[in-house]
Amino acid sequence: MSTDEAGQGGAQAQGSAQSTQGTAHGLVQLITPSGERVSHPEFDFWVRDITDEQLCSLFEDMSVIRRIDVEATALQRQGELALWPPLLGQEAAQIGSGRSLRPDDFVFSSYRENGVAYCRGVHLTDLVRVWRGNASAGWDPYTVNMATPQIIIGAQTLHATGYAMGIQNDGADSVAVTYFGDGATSEGDVNEAMVFAASFQVPVVFFCTNNQWAISEPVRLQSHIHLADRATGFGIPSMRVDGNDVLAVMAATRVALDRARRGGGPTFIEAVSYRMGPHTTADDPTRYRDPNELEDWAAKDPISRVAGLLERKGLLTEELQQQVRDKADAVAREMRDGCTTMADPQPLDVFKHVYSTPNSWLDRQQDHYARYLASFGDPAGATLEEGAR
Amino acid sequence: MTQMTFARAINAGLRKSLENDPKVVLLGEDIGMLGGVFRVTDGLQKDFGTHRVVDTPLAESAIVGTAVGLAYRGYRPVVEIQFDGFVYPAFDQIVSQVAKLHYRTRGAVKMPITIRVPFGGGIGSPEHHSESPEAYFTHTSGLRVVTVSNPQDAYTVIQQAVSCDDPVIYFEPKRRYHDKADVDETADARTAVSMEQARVLTEGTDVTLVAYGPLVKTALDAAAAAADEGISIQVIDLCSLAPVDYDTVVASVRRTGRLVVTHEAGQSGGLGAEVAASITERCFYYLEAAPVRVTGFDIPYPYSKLEMHHLPGLDRILDGVDRTLGRPNSLSGLEG
Repeated sequence: MSTDEAGQGGAQAQGSAQSTQGTAHGLVQLITPSGERVSHPEFDFWVRDITDEQLCSLFEDMSVIRRIDVEATALQRQGELALWPPLLGQEAAQIGSGRSLRPDDFVFSSYRENGVAYCRGVHLTDLVRVWRGNASAGWDPYTVNMATPQIIIGAQTLHATGYAMGIQNDGADSVAVTYFGDGATSEGDVNEAMVFAASFQVPVVFFCTNNQWAISEPVRLQSHIHLADRATGFGIPSMRVDGNDVLAVMAATRVALDRARRGGGPTFIEAVSYRMGPHTTADDPTRYRDPNELEDWAAKDPISRVAGLLERKGLLTEELQQQVRDKADAVAREMRDGCTTMADPQPLDVFKHVYSTPNSWLDRQQDHYARYLASFGDPAGATLEEGAR
Repeated sequence: MTQMTFARAINAGLRKSLENDPKVVLLGEDIGMLGGVFRVTDGLQKDFGTHRVVDTPLAESAIVGTAVGLAYRGYRPVVEIQFDGFVYPAFDQIVSQVAKLHYRTRGAVKMPITIRVPFGGGIGSPEHHSESPEAYFTHTSGLRVVTVSNPQDAYTVIQQAVSCDDPVIYFEPKRRYHDKADVDETADARTAVSMEQARVLTEGTDVTLVAYGPLVKTALDAAAAAADEGISIQVIDLCSLAPVDYDTVVASVRRTGRLVVTHEAGQSGGLGAEVAASITERCFYYLEAAPVRVTGFDIPYPYSKLEMHHLPGLDRILDGVDRTLGRPNSLSGLEG
């Protein structure tokens, strides 16, 4: 049962002896919650190149995206954003996987993967553009090889699978990676994507962040077996990793990417983590969640875990911490400035890009609306009544 | 000119598209070895290979959803939905993804996907095999919806759909698949009549009769029968259902003053309502009578022993014509 990871009775699941072998509660783990580096016979190999310097860099990335998340949540509370989907607690899952990808890999994510978008090089202002209501997509997918985040749950897993069919046709060795949550695994599209991916053996990685909750519905309502075990039924090899352990996530992602690049087909990763905040800023988790659960998971925090490891290694200097704080502050400031100074779209932009070739119906409607706006003696519609804006 | 069936004409058009553009790929159930349940893709996998003509698992949402991913990668997927009634599992991918991605990405991503759907009744099939779901798609912005009524158009319009940078739903009137006609295979789809242009099939002065897809043949038969009674009908085949070429219909109604629209789909919220309303807005002072719809009933598609009652036939269309002319008809004397 997946309830182990929901914070109830997790301690007795596998015992501490197992955790020193790189598995805790049936999860691949390379860093314990207290920051001890434990070895794993298979997975150590995949992160053997991670230097102390890179470990510090992962710590910085995770800290920065947490700051982005906090800043965006604040912007929402201040009325600058209509909504924001927080990723608090999922930093290791997003940075560990995001940092493992090559620029020519292509990501199809859900709406919560702002940390992955940060790894892809998405402009900070573009992270909040959609949530401010200024666009339906923040960025051009081809500039960062990441599709515009998907709101329809699980739909993007099919897009990734189709993209991977294209990669296979092209004879390329890049990989399509799709991110989705535990709730999405109940959707037909995710299951159909796994059927297609397995049938055609295409280079796609299914990265499922099991954050325990689909708004108010716990993962036990979605599944009576581990989500990773579902993939096995489709003939897709799967891994269950500690999603709050950035090294374990990185190792698992590299295993999956390597398999895909070498023609080995799809892989399913279940990163077991926890959504520490609400589903979105419109949600109130206190109505459905036991506060003890949050406390249990706070003890497994992905960032303090890396900090613990750095401390054991003598790397968590005041200098490093100040450097990370400065970077996070600078990033937050840039995002806030970009958000609050973003230019509003023009009224007739509403008609743009519906079609890539002219459409007589729409052209007529646009023409009529332009005449209507012009009837105010102001083509930009600045004097238009509030209801029509 | 070659005599060929409707189905063969689509096949020839698809072949041309596959030859002309290496990025064109076909996806669907049973479209490979079998050549499709209607044999529309017959022989294409043999000639173009399993990577260009892909037999897929049985999952309509995945067929369309993977086409979205292929389009992201620069391909031009042509997907086959085996029967009209099977398009609903793919509805979400069509209306939420295919239709919207160009808008969502502010033009960065193109979705040049063609979704072929055999549609309509009259072939004695069981449930889910005879539906006319076009209004669901004409109502969705971002999609283009076309249907053809003869093999020549079938041949050129499928090529135009495939080369269009917007997503196109291409409805194939399945009860006409075996109709034969001359097709000029040397016709260049780029210079042929555009799929967006309505076709004026007969010149007429008394009534404009608008039809599309499977009912175009019935409409032409009705016009011929009316001519015997001295009534001159202008038959227009819309070809494009979204957008409708209203300029052509308006020009006709301004001359005839009367409009009859016919389709197999149920009446309420159907394309006939849209055409009638648009023409009324644009031709109110030219109309001699209220526009009339002759359509299927607002019922689930009936079992085959009853389908001919549901489908508009020649006589029901003529009855509608009589209504616009104020001649004795089945609703004479009925008020409101």
